[in-house]
Amino acid sequence: MKQIILAAHFPGVNNTTVWSDPASGSQIAFDSFARFARTAERGKFDFFFLAEGLRLREQRGLIHDLDVVGRPDSVTLLAGLAAVTSHLGLAATVNATYNEPYELARKLASLDHLTGGRAGWNVVTTSDAFTGENFRRGGYLERADRYTRAAEVLRTARELWDTWPADELVADAAAGVFARHGDPGAFSHTGQHVEIHGHFTVPRSPQGRPLIIQAGDSDPGREFAARDADAIFSRHGTLEAGKAFYADVKGRMAAYGRHPDELKILPASTFVLGDTEAEARDKAHHIRRQQVSPQTAILLLEQLWNKDLSDHDPDGPLPAFDPVADDDSIIKGRTRLFDDHVATAREWRAMAEAKNLGIRDLIIEVTGRQTFIGTPATVAATLDEFVQNDAADGFILVPHIVPGGLDDFVDTVVPLLQERGVFRADYATSTLRGHLGLEV
Amino acid sequence: MTLHLAVALDGAGWHPAAWRDATARAGALFDPDYWLDLVRTAERGKLDFVTIEDALGLQSSRFDGLDGRADRVKGRLDALLVAARAAPVTSRIGLVPTVTVTHTEPFHVSTQLATLDYLSTGRAGWRPQVSARPGEADHFGRRQFPTIDPIAADDPATAAFIAERFAEAADHVEAVRRLWDSWEDDAEIRDVATGRFVDRDKLHYVDFTGRFFSVKGPSITPRPPQGQPVVTALAHARVPYEFAAASADVVYVTPTSTDDAARIVAEVRSLPAAHELKVFADVTVFLDPDRKARLDRIDPGYASDAHTYVGDPAGLADLLLDWRTAGIEGFRLRPGVLPADLSAIVDGLLPILRAHGAFRTDYTATTLRGHLGLRAAANRYATTGGAA
Ligand SMILES: Cc1cc2nc3c(=O)[nH]c(=O)nc-3n(C[C@H](O)[C@H](O)[C@H](O)COP(=O)(O)O)c2cc1C
Repeated sequence: MKQIILAAHFPGVNNTTVWSDPASGSQIAFDSFARFARTAERGKFDFFFLAEGLRLREQRGLIHDLDVVGRPDSVTLLAGLAAVTSHLGLAATVNATYNEPYELARKLASLDHLTGGRAGWNVVTTSDAFTGENFRRGGYLERADRYTRAAEVLRTARELWDTWPADELVADAAAGVFARHGDPGAFSHTGQHVEIHGHFTVPRSPQGRPLIIQAGDSDPGREFAARDADAIFSRHGTLEAGKAFYADVKGRMAAYGRHPDELKILPASTFVLGDTEAEARDKAHHIRRQQVSPQTAILLLEQLWNKDLSDHDPDGPLPAFDPVADDDSIIKGRTRLFDDHVATAREWRAMAEAKNLGIRDLIIEVTGRQTFIGTPATVAATLDEFVQNDAADGFILVPHIVPGGLDDFVDTVVPLLQERGVFRADYATSTLRGHLGLEV
Repeated sequence: MTLHLAVALDGAGWHPAAWRDATARAGALFDPDYWLDLVRTAERGKLDFVTIEDALGLQSSRFDGLDGRADRVKGRLDALLVAARAAPVTSRIGLVPTVTVTHTEPFHVSTQLATLDYLSTGRAGWRPQVSARPGEADHFGRRQFPTIDPIAADDPATAAFIAERFAEAADHVEAVRRLWDSWEDDAEIRDVATGRFVDRDKLHYVDFTGRFFSVKGPSITPRPPQGQPVVTALAHARVPYEFAAASADVVYVTPTSTDDAARIVAEVRSLPAAHELKVFADVTVFLDPDRKARLDRIDPGYASDAHTYVGDPAGLADLLLDWRTAGIEGFRLRPGVLPADLSAIVDGLLPILRAHGAFRTDYTATTLRGHLGLRAAANRYATTGGAA
């Protein structure tokens, strides 16, 4: 039986996160992160996960104010979490476009030392000039170049991590030899995006290299993952879509001489638990209403219509006209949500008419339905079914509330997974790669 | 007036053979526990803060390149991350990592330091450091730097290059400070009635545009607990004094005597200061002369840009109290050997200073700005009295 991998995503800047609930705590105080991470460790999770976005989102040229805004620097936060956890993996999303490989490799190798081998890196790319306005590099990376740069940044980081042999440090006072080579860490890299040489300053870290995660979905994104990643943070959360995605990316690996087990597929997953199925469904509906406030409903509608719809009534009908076909998206700082705007709008209109739904109810119906809704027993069984049927190797769970959103899952679902024999009763290794059964 | 005291942590200590001392923990320099023990010792002494050295290249005794020496400490962990690792396990001491400004992104540096301030609930500081070494520029591949001789700062080309690096550093600090202020303290409102999490009128574009980079803003990280974490700068000459006066809250100067201290204080004080500048002196300390002599025999290459004190704690206390009369408000002591000289500072020097009423017996504040007696940092963008 396959073992299930579980990660805990600290929820943040999108409308999955409910900030209006009385139980919702600080999104920035360290205590929130510490409490959340400790809960994940109590549940023997594989790792804690943080997303990243390097410019505040805007819609209609205004800073988006309806969702949580504000987050810490990921890698710095993880170094702090190392102090309050002992086994939990700690993975950060860090952009490969707006960071230089030398500095990035140095940060991540340092993090691996400071966590005793628990570091992970979700390699993401951004190609928009909007985000670039915050950085020296600035400007715009051609969309087609985003993965060639990401791959080269990652390759360069790996070269840097490999510069210090495991036995480089001697620290022999009597012989007067600190490092075997007088100047360790020599490297030279010449490529399309990166041309650097010199010496790396961080000795080989406990894992050698952090866990590499990838979260893009396009064809080049999948190819990148098949060649270079240890895990994929995917958005294919249903059984059928999950199976198709799983087969697709694992099928690409042979071309790179890799075994399918060397890449773990981890869909982003939300969950709602109840004592009965009916109670869970009611809770799920209540949470979706919290996630989609009247204002958020209009805003999400605007993202599809790509047009200012602030004069529309959230309880009234959908716009009668078709979306604006325009390359300049109304929303900035967020990945594209829809492929064919006109077709999707027509589907939504048809559904609203058929079910007699206003804008907000329609949005609640078509967006953000939780992945797993049920009793602990049915959710545990469903997670297991997904993994045993190769729709996933595990899950990155995204609760809707901080810091307590993981508590129920850890208290009720984890023991059932352990009883089924598909999830560890205790940590067997001390490194993140070790938890995932990957070579260290 | 009581003194402010900090210690500067670097590898096994500031003597190049420190790692070879019998008390050194040379095999543990990349082990988090080594650093936690040092920071905890400093906190036991109720020191204002620790600094942690860093650089974007290997240690070298030469400025123009690497030295190939296998008998000296090489390699480091990222200082800001070491500070972050120490923050949750300490409660009072200030944490001041060195972060290079020459090749790094002001946007990232601002959020990293703000995050350190959150992790430590208001104990973060920063020592922005200029990198002029061509080898470090080659690690980024964006610019080529000339090989300069920092001793020959009279050479016009060298002077121009150094001035440019400090101009870039000043821009960097300015952009970081603006980003810290780009959220007003009460920007988060969680107003359920209007569905708004933040009041976007309290988030500000920083629109920094300079010769070296531009940054739009606002920050992705809310204003840190201190509002403005403490900025510190090491300065030996006119150009860095000007940088410190324009950019820093604390300047570390390097006098060699009481008179020299008075002269430097007068020069620094003659410059228009943008913040309440505290003047600290750096002193490298060896509180066991026999150990210093042993290490000098092993490696005679010890040299320091700061005054070196070798002697007992009582003599060091006299020196500090003497320099205080010249207008020095605090000291950053660089232990020659770690952890030995740090322990000797805490257990030998501090009781003497306390007997003179010259150093605190316990913390009276919880933030680094509080330890230093700095005013609450006003927010340059706040129109409604939103200062911390
Ligand atoms: C589940 C998921 C989570 C993601 N999280 C982030 C994130 O936290 N930060 C970010 O900048 N990009 C994030 N991305 C964006 C991707 O990493 C990727 O850069 C983007 O989707 C463009 O690549 P693509 O065209 O291959 O999809 C995420 C994508 C997915 C599918």
